[in-house]
Amino acid sequence: MSTIYILWLRQLKRYVRSKARMIGSIGQPLLFLVALGYGFGPIYQKAGGGNYIQFLAPGVIAMGILFTAMFMGIEITWDKQFGFLKETLVAPVSRMSIMIGRTLGGATVALAQGVVIFLIALAIGFHPQFNFLWVVFIFMLLISMLFTGIGTAIASLIDDMQAFPLIMNFLVMPTFFLSGALFPLEGLPPVITLIAKSDPLSYGIDGMRGALTGVTAFGFFTDFAVLAAITVVVLAIGAYLFSRIEI
Amino acid sequence: MFLAAARRTFIAIMPSIIEVKNLVKTFGDFTAVNDVSFDVQKGEIFAFLGPNGAGKTTTIKMLTTLLKPTSGEIFLDGKNIIHDQDAARRSFGIVFQDPSLDDELTAWENMEFHGVLYHVPKAMRRKRIEELMNFVELWDRKDALVKTFSGGMKRRLEIARGLLHHPKVLFLDEPTTGLDPQTRNHVWSYIENLNKEEGVTVFFTTHYIEEAERAATRVAIMDHGVIVDRGTSDELKQQTDSSSLEDAFIKLTGRDLRKESAGADAMRTHAKVWGRR
Ligand SMILES: Nc1ncnc2c1ncn2[C@@H]1O[C@H](COP(=O)(O)OP(=O)(O)OP(=O)(O)O)[C@@H](O)[C@H]1O
Ligand SMILES: [Mg+2]
Repeated sequence: MSTIYILWLRQLKRYVRSKARMIGSIGQPLLFLVALGYGFGPIYQKAGGGNYIQFLAPGVIAMGILFTAMFMGIEITWDKQFGFLKETLVAPVSRMSIMIGRTLGGATVALAQGVVIFLIALAIGFHPQFNFLWVVFIFMLLISMLFTGIGTAIASLIDDMQAFPLIMNFLVMPTFFLSGALFPLEGLPPVITLIAKSDPLSYGIDGMRGALTGVTAFGFFTDFAVLAAITVVVLAIGAYLFSRIEI
Repeated sequence: MFLAAARRTFIAIMPSIIEVKNLVKTFGDFTAVNDVSFDVQKGEIFAFLGPNGAGKTTTIKMLTTLLKPTSGEIFLDGKNIIHDQDAARRSFGIVFQDPSLDDELTAWENMEFHGVLYHVPKAMRRKRIEELMNFVELWDRKDALVKTFSGGMKRRLEIARGLLHHPKVLFLDEPTTGLDPQTRNHVWSYIENLNKEEGVTVFFTTHYIEEAERAATRVAIMDHGVIVDRGTSDELKQQTDSSSLEDAFIKLTGRDLRKESAGADAMRTHAKVWGRR
């Protein structure tokens, strides 16, 4: 227990201390909200979609969480490179508890990030319904855990940060753009629909959007079941790969 | 003659705390550790010497569960560390050759983190942290981020951290490299004291051969992945007809510089560029 706590605490301290990272990770979602929200707003309205900011905000909140969570997971690679990971790996505690502590730490940071973006969205003109906030919170938490877990799993396999751009461009970006964060998943070409449906983030965003605006494409139950199942599987794989790290 | 024989029998019946049998580690087709076997008895201070690239760190990494041996067996305090990693990790502490601090945390936080991971009870932890940080003269810098430290200060902090919990076996991989002579002396007195008072077995590497001559009960000399000789410092000097352990070391390992290992290092960097292990 104390192991999990101290690892969690470390992630938080590191994050709070790096101001540049905090500001940077809020900048991008803010840009998306303002540029896309106001830019595409009129077209979306004309096409009969209603208020675009209402639609976009849950997607951008999820995006903030996705990016931060992935990064927090992949950060293990830095620890590998700068040597600190050795210190944790030889400690008389199970690798499982190390992995859990780190993942919870990363997920907490990602979740906090999501909350900040949520508040920014409110300031920009997002008008959600507030009675299902706890459901929103659960989906945000699941997204945080899932992508921190994926980051951890990947970091266990790579030796340095050189692969990071590759992961950004071929995993994180597609996960975001093909998730229904920016556009509704109805009436798309079948291939895109198929891809969107196999993207776990789609279910997270759909669940959040449902709870915040009352419109869901897949239904809460499906959203929750799919996301939770994938999260459990990913964390299990992550824990396995993490336990096999050699330095 | 008789004494030496008696001493050997004595050592043979003492329980060994580290037992290594036919240990092999290969990286691709390069063999870093080649069929190495040795024992370390409880309470010994055992020096593991060898030129650059001999395979010392690789051996220590296998002994401390960071690397899986290609083949061979390792017992630490009676436990097979390949099958029972968690149990093995409960019995040792280590100071690594390479940096292993968290630069973004303060010196004190690094110590605290270690103490919590190693289950040192809070009151004792706080007391020892203060003692040890005073010992390495870093207490007045305890709240500074480690990234603001000099190389020697980081090294001193790592040593202090390694001594925070008192394990059964303490692995020290070139603990004193980069330290000034005063600090080196100081650190060695502390380690010898820990060995005497608490019976902590010490397994260390160093390139300061006089440290081994001073502190070690026994010495093993490794070169090109194999142990070329072992014994007490006196035995090695006698065998090689040398006046100091350093002379004996040079006679046993030759005078040539280790170009092969430089080649292997370059290959390793090359492999990294291509993103593979
Ligand atoms: N991960 C790795 N991949 C490939 N080769 C490696 C790896 N780790 C070590 N080696 C090689 O194994 C050999 C032994 O290295 P090791 O670090 O054990 O030497 P050492 O005895 O500790 O040397 P030093 O005194 O310089 O610390 C070297 O030739 C090194 O290049
Ligand atoms: Mg070494």
